[in-house]
Amino acid sequence: MNWFLIIGAIVFWLAAWALNVWLANRYPHSRPVRFFVPALFGITLLVLWEGIARGADIPTVLLPPPSMIWERLINSLPVLRADFVQTFLKSALAGYAMGCSAAFLVALAIDRSPFLQKGLVPVGNFVAALPIIGIAPIMVMWFGFDWQSKAAVVVVMCFFPMLVNTVEGLKASETMQRDLMHTYAGSYRQNLTKLRLPAAMPFIFNGLKICSTLALIGAIVAEFFGTPTVGMGFRISTEVGRMNIDMVWAEIAVAALAGSVFYGTVSLIERVVTFWHPSIRN
Amino acid sequence: MTKRLGMFTRAKGAALPILTVVAAIFVIWYAAAAIMNLPWERDQAERAKVEFVLADGLANTMSQERPVLPAPHQVAVELWETTVEKKITSKRSLVYHGWITLSATLLGFLFGTILGLSLAVGIVYNRAMDMSVMPWVIASQTIPILAIAPMIIVVLNAVGISGLLPKAFISTYLAFFPIVVGMVKGLRSPDALQTDLMRTYNAGAAQTFWKLRLPASVPYLFASMKVAVAASLVGAIVGELPTGAVAGLGARLLAGSYYGQTIQIWSALIAAAILAASLVAIVGIVGRVVERRMGFAR
Repeated sequence: MNWFLIIGAIVFWLAAWALNVWLANRYPHSRPVRFFVPALFGITLLVLWEGIARGADIPTVLLPPPSMIWERLINSLPVLRADFVQTFLKSALAGYAMGCSAAFLVALAIDRSPFLQKGLVPVGNFVAALPIIGIAPIMVMWFGFDWQSKAAVVVVMCFFPMLVNTVEGLKASETMQRDLMHTYAGSYRQNLTKLRLPAAMPFIFNGLKICSTLALIGAIVAEFFGTPTVGMGFRISTEVGRMNIDMVWAEIAVAALAGSVFYGTVSLIERVVTFWHPSIRN
Repeated sequence: MTKRLGMFTRAKGAALPILTVVAAIFVIWYAAAAIMNLPWERDQAERAKVEFVLADGLANTMSQERPVLPAPHQVAVELWETTVEKKITSKRSLVYHGWITLSATLLGFLFGTILGLSLAVGIVYNRAMDMSVMPWVIASQTIPILAIAPMIIVVLNAVGISGLLPKAFISTYLAFFPIVVGMVKGLRSPDALQTDLMRTYNAGAAQTFWKLRLPASVPYLFASMKVAVAASLVGAIVGELPTGAVAGLGARLLAGSYYGQTIQIWSALIAAAILAASLVAIVGIVGRVVERRMGFAR
């Protein structure tokens, strides 16, 4: 037990928190502060983790300190890169692209049929609440161990949230705007491309953002049911079995980074596409 | 009365399309089962050196023991046999496995709701917490938390905590997020007019919380609880995978995939779906009753 480290970490935490409170109340609207405060909070969590894990001599099998995880991450980059390519680039991205575009096309296809919409939207909402991840063993049986089965799970997971959001979005234009298009004698196609699809973009991007986190989860969990000997889910489950917890954390760090970057990229594209929306224009 | 009538007609208007879609799903399911199971039948006929008759083969696809895709009625029969005809204490009873999953789900849902509520109150009442914690709450969801599930289970097992709690922790992590986001929105939903009124009453922070903010947030709470309960079921099921198929719906899935028992996988899957749907429905009904009692006109 090393009390110096523990107390040091706690003092650092208290000091950082006091600084955060002071900054938040003194400059609530300044941009750098809005960036700095959460960043400091994150650093504090890491310092607290490191201090307590090292100070209280927590066995590294339980909770390795961040410095050890970092070292492991740097030392096993090739393995991590191979896993990343297999799970993220092949399974998750492929499934995401196929699932979201299929849902988008289906939403467009049933756009002219209110009957089908009334039937599909409640069913889609229902299916979106189900534990779809459970189809992973079935997909592994159908499509084999490689990335195709993982992509299939991701396709199904992404399909319904995307479908529901797109259908909702296509209804988002206002009566006044549709009337205007009518007075211009706009055809169905013109209505769709010039008014309704742009108006649907906030909803479509909402669906895309939800699916971006689902995709990675689906790809990783599907690998628990059988994979070739590469992939993030495979690595996590085998390294847990061998009690190499620092390697598991390194893999999780990569997954977290990939997930955040993916989500951030979708949000960035959203800001460019829906520049006109009040929540972005403010 | 008019409101009831309105709800009734709306429900009636949507029933036919929903039934049509559901019927279409069943038709596609049967057709897919026939197409996907047919090659195996053809193979069997070839091995037995019997001439393959399409009609017989098609009929057989509906009753294979390990079909590629079981037909709906096969799954229904399996569900009936493992829930009603088996004793609840039997290890083959889906009720037994379902209960294990359900208890972890409910415990995790409870923890998640409490954690989410307290975080939301902190975020609404403390600006520093709003600025520092909120971005991390959102970032925490871009992390594929389910990936950590095996580690949580195995590590907690190593310290001697096993059974319900580790699974409940995973459920908690999945459930707290929708609650935080929903409740932050809900606690901030009273408009300036209402908070000003509280100020003219000289109400303190505690009174404003109990008499205005908390009641105003109730619809948001139930909306996010519906999402949270579904999420915590997913957490509990995934939490059962790494323990090596001991008990629970997730274990049934894993055991089924080890031994190629497709009918067992599908019945566990349907059972999980029914469980999820009933949990969401129960939260929805409780929410509607509470909101009506509290006088939220809809």
